[in-house]
Formats: sequence, structure tokens, C-alpha cells
Amino acid sequence: MDTATTSSAPAAKKGPSIKQRLASTFVTLYNINKFILRFFKEAFLPPFELKEVMRQCYETGVRSFTLITFTGFITGLIFTKQSRPSLSNFGAQSWLPSLVSIAIMRALAPLVTALIAAGKVGSSIGAEIGSMRVTEQIDAMEVSGTKPFKYLVCTRVLATTLTLPILATYTGFVALLGGYLNVSVNEGTSYTTFMEQVFEPLTFVDFAASLAKSIVFGFTIGIVGCYQGYFSTKGTEGVGKAANGAVVTAMFLIFVEEILIVQIAGWFR
Amino acid sequence: MEKGKANIDYNNPVISITGLEKSFDDYEVLRGIDLDLYQGENLVVLGRSGTGKSVLIKIISGLLTPDKGEVTVLGHEVNNITDKELQELRIRMGFSFQNSALYDSMTVRKNLEFPLVRNRKGITRAEINRSVETVLDAVGLSQTINQMPAELSGGQRKRIGIARTLILNPEIMLYDEPTAGLDPITCIEINDLINEVQQRFHTSSIIITHDLTCAKSTGDRIAMLLDGQFQRVGSFEEVFNTNDGRVKPFFEYNFIQ
Repeated sequence: MDTATTSSAPAAKKGPSIKQRLASTFVTLYNINKFILRFFKEAFLPPFELKEVMRQCYETGVRSFTLITFTGFITGLIFTKQSRPSLSNFGAQSWLPSLVSIAIMRALAPLVTALIAAGKVGSSIGAEIGSMRVTEQIDAMEVSGTKPFKYLVCTRVLATTLTLPILATYTGFVALLGGYLNVSVNEGTSYTTFMEQVFEPLTFVDFAASLAKSIVFGFTIGIVGCYQGYFSTKGTEGVGKAANGAVVTAMFLIFVEEILIVQIAGWFR
Repeated sequence: MEKGKANIDYNNPVISITGLEKSFDDYEVLRGIDLDLYQGENLVVLGRSGTGKSVLIKIISGLLTPDKGEVTVLGHEVNNITDKELQELRIRMGFSFQNSALYDSMTVRKNLEFPLVRNRKGITRAEINRSVETVLDAVGLSQTINQMPAELSGGQRKRIGIARTLILNPEIMLYDEPTAGLDPITCIEINDLINEVQQRFHTSSIIITHDLTCAKSTGDRIAMLLDGQFQRVGSFEEVFNTNDGRVKPFFEYNFIQ
């Protein structure tokens, strides 16, 4: 007699096999590529939804301003404060502005901005488009002869891609102000001297790499949020999953891209 | 309002469906559907929940692809045309969704303008305003023009959903459960509106419902969908004048209610 049938315990539900999971991962990757290609195919062909792009830029940029200001300032202040003891041990406090500028401009400003935007903007894009999908609003656009992909996806991805470099530059500026506050209180350094020391170690490659990172991060946040929302299913549960997936996937990709761009920028230094 | 005499041209089918089949995984939803919708006709597709009624109109509008069969709408085979042709065909069809599917982030005015400004190149602001006012007047909700969808009642949302489809002057209307979730009085108002749309805008319509009152008051012809096929097609009386054990309880339950 089959042992499975004699057992009094309920049979455990078998999940998908490793092979099935692998296949599903490749299908997802294929779909994401298709989604990205569709974006490039549709975003730069008329008709352009410029009004909606501007509205999305406002949603992404202006509405993140307070949070970005606060986080950027605190990051600069804390980073400077925490770095001081280590430099003091070698009597090298005078290097603090240079250290702060390299850390902020090369890495922290684009990264912190992208992580905040992934949490705030990415999740909202995922949830908004996801809820439009489950309430058939996207189908309604489709059947009325309009292009929901162009109106919903292209506009949001363009907005995040355009806005993130501006936000990252602003974050860098307020983070430097935070750093200056700490240096000024402790060493009495003037603003002009601080800024001279800040820009001295920075090169064109640093600015270019930082800008490239922000553009790539912005595109990632937009495309991941839209992808998660656009293909969400299973009602309200699906909307939650889309919002969550938008944040988690974007953050993971941002770190991977950070490593890659740092590596590539290193070749030009 | 009593249903007026419809001007139906039985020589001119606007939608022709032959041998339509659709499955989801192992579940066969539609198993060989044949149907014609004639010019000027209101055809009601009746059936229990989950019998594939909504799937049928989603296939007609090109939102779903059939596994087998042909769907011809206004002379175009829906699954054999380019994206551009499908887009142009969709402008000639109006689709009223079960949950209205109004755009949450837009006012009623913006909801109505949305398909219009994207499909009528060179339309002026005055023409847009005139069209919006005309369709809002047709559904009797002119006062809601600046309201958000969240501020509207269920019946009002349905009406605005219908107005949004009417703004493109469609030749065919597809109604997905137009009276679902509404109180009896509002149901009667929606039924009257469907009849008014047929008369005033000269549309041919497919009305998906499980509400017999709606079917009786709006349908020129009823098609009863059971087990993935149309089991009975004809007038309301013809469809329900039967001892078929699958049809009779449906009738009795609805009217006891």
C-alpha cells in the first residue's frame, strides 16, 4: 500500500520546482526586456504627453523636496561628525572638507536620493498603476482608442529619469551644507574656504559619473515601478505586491548599478 | 420608461462571431460561440456569474485573444488586424465597464475629455466643451462636471462611464453588467438610459447581465449562455418559455427576488 495514502497527516502542498522557478525567472527577465524596448519605441514618437510628463516631474520632484532636504542635510552633518575622530587621530581634520565632498558627490548624493526616491516615488508608481490595472482603468484607456502605455508608463519613466539628477544635485548641495555646519562649528572654517576645499579634489569624471548614476537610477525606479504596476493581478493584494516589488527590486538594482558605474568610472580616473 | 420600437436592420450584422472558443488553463470558458448582432439591435447576453459573459465582450473589443474562432466587428476581423486598425476600430465601439473604470485622478470633465482629445486631432476647446456638455446632458449629470469620481454614487459613476464612451459617438456599445450592485430604482434608470442611448445615438449594443429586469426592459433579443455555449436565443418570452432545468431556476430566482 502507498504510504502517502495511509498517513493521517494532510499531504503538504508541493511548491514549484527549482526548474520551474528558473524558467519563471527567465520569462520575467524576457518580459522586462520587452517592456524596456517598448518604452524606447513609444517614448520618443509623437504624440507626446508633455503636460503629463510635467505633472509627473512635479509629483516626483517637488513632492520629494522636503524629505530629500532633510535626509541630505542630516547625511552630510552625520557623515562629517562621524569622520572627524578618525581624521583627528592623524591630525588631519583639515582634510575633512575634501573627504566629505568626495564621499557625498561621488557616492552618497546619488545613492541616498535614489534610495529615497525608490521608497517614495517607486512605491507610489507601482501602487497607482497597479490599482488602475485591477480597477480596469487601463483597459478603459485601451478600449477608448488611447495608448495607456504612452500615457502612464512613458511619462512616469521620463519624469523619474529627468528629475532624479536634479534631486541628486540638490541632495549633494544640502549635504555639503550639513557638512559645513559641522566644520564651521568645530573649526571655525569660513564658507568660502570650505567650498574651495570641497571642489579641489573633484574632477570632471566625478561629476559625469554622478550624473550618469542619477540618470540610470531614475530610469530604474520609473521602469520597475511601472512594470510592477502594469502587470499586477489579484486585486488589492496585487496592488500591495506591486508597490512592495517596485521598492525592493529597484533598491536591489540600484546597488548593482552603483557597483557597475563605480567600476566603469574607475577606468577613466 | 417603456422600451420604444427599435429600428433594427436584420440584413446588416455589425458583429459576427463564429466558433469562438476560449480557455483559461484547463478551464474551458467559451466552447464554440456563434452570434450575430444586427444594426440598431440591443442584444442581451444572460448567464450566471463565471460563465464567460465578460470574456466574450473583452474578446470582441480585442482585450483578450480567442483560442479559436472568428470575431468580425464592423467588417474587420478583430484578431487579424494591425494595432493601428484595432485602435481605430475601438473608437467606433464603446465599452461600459462593470465598475465604471473612471480615472480616479481626473475630474468628470477630464474623464470625458481624455478619449476625445487623443482621438480627434485638431479639435478646438469650444468643440470639446460642447461634446462634454452634450453627453453629460444625455446621462442627466451636468451638475457633476467638476466632481471627482470618488464623490459620485454608484449609479452616477455608471452614467459617467456610459457618457465617456458616448463622447466618441460609437456605433456599437458593449455594457458589462450595467446594473450590478445598484439599487432597484437606479437599475431602472440605467435600463432607461440604455434604451435612450439606443434611440438617440442609433447604437447597436451587447448588454452583459444576470439581471432579468434589465434583460427584459433593454433587450430586443436575449442569448442565454450556459456551459460555454448559447443554449437559447430569441425574445425574452421565447428564451424562458421552456422546461429546461438549467434555464427555469434562473428565471424563477430572479423574479422571486
